[in-house]
Parts: sequence; structure tokens; C-alpha cells
Amino acid sequence: MDGGGSAATIDHLFRRQHGRMVAVLTRIFGMHNLKLAEDVVQDAFCRASEIWKVDGLPENPPAWLMAAAKNRALDAIRRERTARNFAPELDRLLRSEWTVAPTVNEHFGANAIRDDLLRMMFSCCAPAISEESQVALILNILCGFGVDEVAGAFVSGHAAVEKRIARAKKILAASGMLFEVNSASEFATRLPAVQRALYLLFNEGYHGACAETAMRTELCREAIRLIREVLAHPNGAAPASFALAALMCLNAARIPSRKDHSGNLQPLSDQDRSQWDRDLIAEGLRLLEHSASGTELSQYHVEAAIAAAHANAPSTEATDWRQVVSLYDMLMQIQPSPVVALNRAIAVGQSEGPERGLMALDAIGGSERLARYPFYAAARADFELRLGHRDAARAHFGDALAAARNPDEKRYLAQRLAACGDVSAPLQR
Amino acid sequence: MAEFAYLYRGGQRPSSPEQSQQIMQKWVAWMKELGEKGHMVDRGQPLEQSGKLVKAGNRSVTDGPFAEAKDVVGGFTLIRAKDIAEAAELAKGCPILERGGDVEVRPIMQMNM
Repeated sequence: MDGGGSAATIDHLFRRQHGRMVAVLTRIFGMHNLKLAEDVVQDAFCRASEIWKVDGLPENPPAWLMAAAKNRALDAIRRERTARNFAPELDRLLRSEWTVAPTVNEHFGANAIRDDLLRMMFSCCAPAISEESQVALILNILCGFGVDEVAGAFVSGHAAVEKRIARAKKILAASGMLFEVNSASEFATRLPAVQRALYLLFNEGYHGACAETAMRTELCREAIRLIREVLAHPNGAAPASFALAALMCLNAARIPSRKDHSGNLQPLSDQDRSQWDRDLIAEGLRLLEHSASGTELSQYHVEAAIAAAHANAPSTEATDWRQVVSLYDMLMQIQPSPVVALNRAIAVGQSEGPERGLMALDAIGGSERLARYPFYAAARADFELRLGHRDAARAHFGDALAAARNPDEKRYLAQRLAACGDVSAPLQR
Repeated sequence: MAEFAYLYRGGQRPSSPEQSQQIMQKWVAWMKELGEKGHMVDRGQPLEQSGKLVKAGNRSVTDGPFAEAKDVVGGFTLIRAKDIAEAAELAKGCPILERGGDVEVRPIMQMNM
């Protein structure tokens, strides 16, 4: 069998399958045996690697992995059943040789696995677990990110992330059962927390401090994959879920143009819009339409509408900034934050000119929190530059540069700073 | 041309599914290259990490592992090369080296009657 040739078709296969495999095994073993489920999955991956590296890839790698997980699960049940209890409702069936294999088989059906993935996702978003830990847990369990990879995504230390994940897993294991996704009322109660965690996961990729483009894209893609799983469930297809998915698609569509060919950050105004992903934009707009049913107007609806305003505009100049400002006004009502206020001020500057932009920046309350956010000082510098105040612009770009969180931001802001001194350079928008 | 056995020993376990997959893909590529260049005799088989040890004397049977984890043979491959120098040179491409493992290169004894 040709080993290397089909390698491209299994991009991130292990990572993708991890969540499904752990979820179905946890359903069978019981939530208290999460660790056992993870060990069995790791074992299945080890076996796959050992065998595939000699024999090459099998016909259907995902099915091979699932079959390996199932066989390892049966081994684990037979080995462990005198020493531990499994999921309460299955325990009796797993103890008897008559019923163990059919029971395990039944749970490895495609629909069962899909529901188990959602059960795990909803379990990870339990109120007892902090939002930050929920996102780490989703990345670790559902997206198959190792501790180092989660730490890389969050730009934090290995030890801190390891501790956070371990603590969250302890809570998860103690919670007794996986969340039941087939109860409509319980589903609806937990859904906002799940939406929020996926939103944070997406934003970590889209706006976070991690500089590596591949990692950012991967986080965004994972968030989209998981929100699609939510939408696929009859209980999950709520207006806010559609809006969140729309928001993710419309923003992710711009990822390819956020850096130019030499790897430099490109602000929205300078991006090559021909590079925007038209398929994602079309999907985003379609999802946004679906989100319009019902009376609910969530934060995600408004943010998706803002993203749609950009996606529909052929250029910065042709953007309907007045509409963007009014959407930000709406967002300030629903979900006020310094960053929302900053983005509103930038839109005001585009719509009504740099003086108004500066006034809007000055009016932001609680802006101490923004001091550490480089794009606050950069926005101020931009407005000053457009007013011809090169010295002020230089000072603010200097502040922005000092607050830069990664090499990309540093390089971009250093360029802007340098351009302020050059009198012959055109004033940038 | 002579034949050689590669014995793979040790090597750190991968720390994530992604890493596990990447290592596997490197192996697939390396094995493929050996094959394409006409060096592959037998891809061999991976070995389980555990097993039994039968001892001389009273022929007692004990459980593995038999050695430090870094010394456990995880698999083998049979290759063909001009001489042991070339066999060793080819082994330098083995992905196990990136994971702190070793490749032991052993000529297969020839039965020249």
C-alpha cells in the first residue's frame, strides 16, 4: 500500500478523531473514568502509528482508528471490570460476556458518537468550571490538543495550563454523568455557556496573542467545526447558534489576507479583499439569514452583522461605516466592553472623521484596561496622523509598540512608527 | 550488497495526538524512501512493549518489560546496503532519532558454504 501519498488526506486526523473517541469511551466507561477513556484513546493512536508506519495508511483511516478504540475499549472493560464500575446505566451489560460486545458496538454507531461529542462539549461547559478552563478543556479533550499545544495557543506556561486542565478534569470526573443532550430544556439552559466557550475559542485564534498563523487558523477552524456539530443537533439549531456560526465564518473568511506575502500584518483597511474566502462569506451570510428567526438579538447577531458589513464592502471607503457605528452602538447596549468601545471609536473615525474618532476614544470609560492593548494607542496614533499631528502620532505608536504582544504586532507597529517620521510618506488611513 | 537489520530502541512517547500523527507520517515517508531507493528487504513488524521472559536454569517465566524503557526494542526492519557504513548512513534518517531513540544496525550473518 502506498504510505506517503495519501498523507495529505489525513491532515490532523488524530487530533480530529480524539474528541469523538474520548467522548464515546467516556459514555461507555462513565464520566468518573475519563482518565481511562483518554488512556485507551492514546493507546489506540500509538497502535495506529506503530502499524501504519510499517504498513502504510489503511483504506479508511478514521474507521480504522474507531475500530481500534472499540477493541481497546473491550480489552479495558474485560481487564478492569472487577476493579471498577462503568457508566451506571451500562454497568450490568458490560459485566456479562453475553452483552458486552453488542453494548459497546451499539455505542460506536455514527449517530451515537455524534451525540456523545455534544454531551462531552456540554459537560465541559459546566458552571463549576471557569470560562477560561472550559476553553482549555474543549481544546484538550474535544480538539485533541496536548498540554503544550494548549499552552502555545494561550501563550501561557506549560505548568499553569497543565494545572488548569487537571483541575477542570477533576470537576468533570466528579460530575458523575455526561450532560444529557436529548432533554430540550436542559440543553437550552446550558447552550449559552457552550456558545460562549466556542466564541472564546474562536477569538483566541482570531484576536489572541499567539503569533503563529497556522495555530490561529487551527483554533478558528476547530471552533467552526464544533459550532457545526451544535447546529446539527435538533436542539442546537437556535438563532444565536446560527448567528455565532455566521460570525465565525465571516471573520474566518478574512484570515488569508491578514498577512501580506512577506508575513506582515495587514490592517483591515489595507487587506487584499480578493483573498477573502468567498465560500466562507457565502456560508456566513446564509447562516446569518437563518439566525434572523425569532425575536432574540444576541451579541453574536450584532457581531455577525458587523462582519457582514465588512464582507459585503468592496473597499474600506465603500464600507457603510454609519451602519457599522450603529451596530457597535447596539453592541455597547448588549455587551459593553472597552474593546467594543474602541472598535466603535475607530468606526466613528471612519464615518465622521478623525476629530470625532479621537473624541470617541476619549469618551471610553475604564480605558485603563485598554492601556495594555496595543491597538488602543495605535488607533489614537492613526487619528493623530490623519490630522497631520506627526509628533503625537509618533508618541502613540511608541506606546502601542511597547504594548505589542508578539513579533508580528511589533513589526507592524514599528513600521507604522517609522513611517510617522518620514514626511514624504503619505498619511495612512 | 549485504543485508542488515535495524533494531529500533526507545524514543519518547508523543505528547499529543498531533505529534503522534506527525511522527507516524515521518516514518511512513522514511520507509517509503528506503523502498524507492531499493534498500528495503522487509519492513518488519512493530513489537508490543510487554511480553514474557523465559530464563535459563529453572526456565522460570516472568513478565516483561525486561529492560529500561530506553532499551526496549520496539521493532525491526531488514534493509539492503553496500556495506555497514552505508547502512549506518541510511539509518541517520530514521525519525526515532528525533525522539531520543536509537537505531542499532546489525549485519545479517551470511551463510557462505
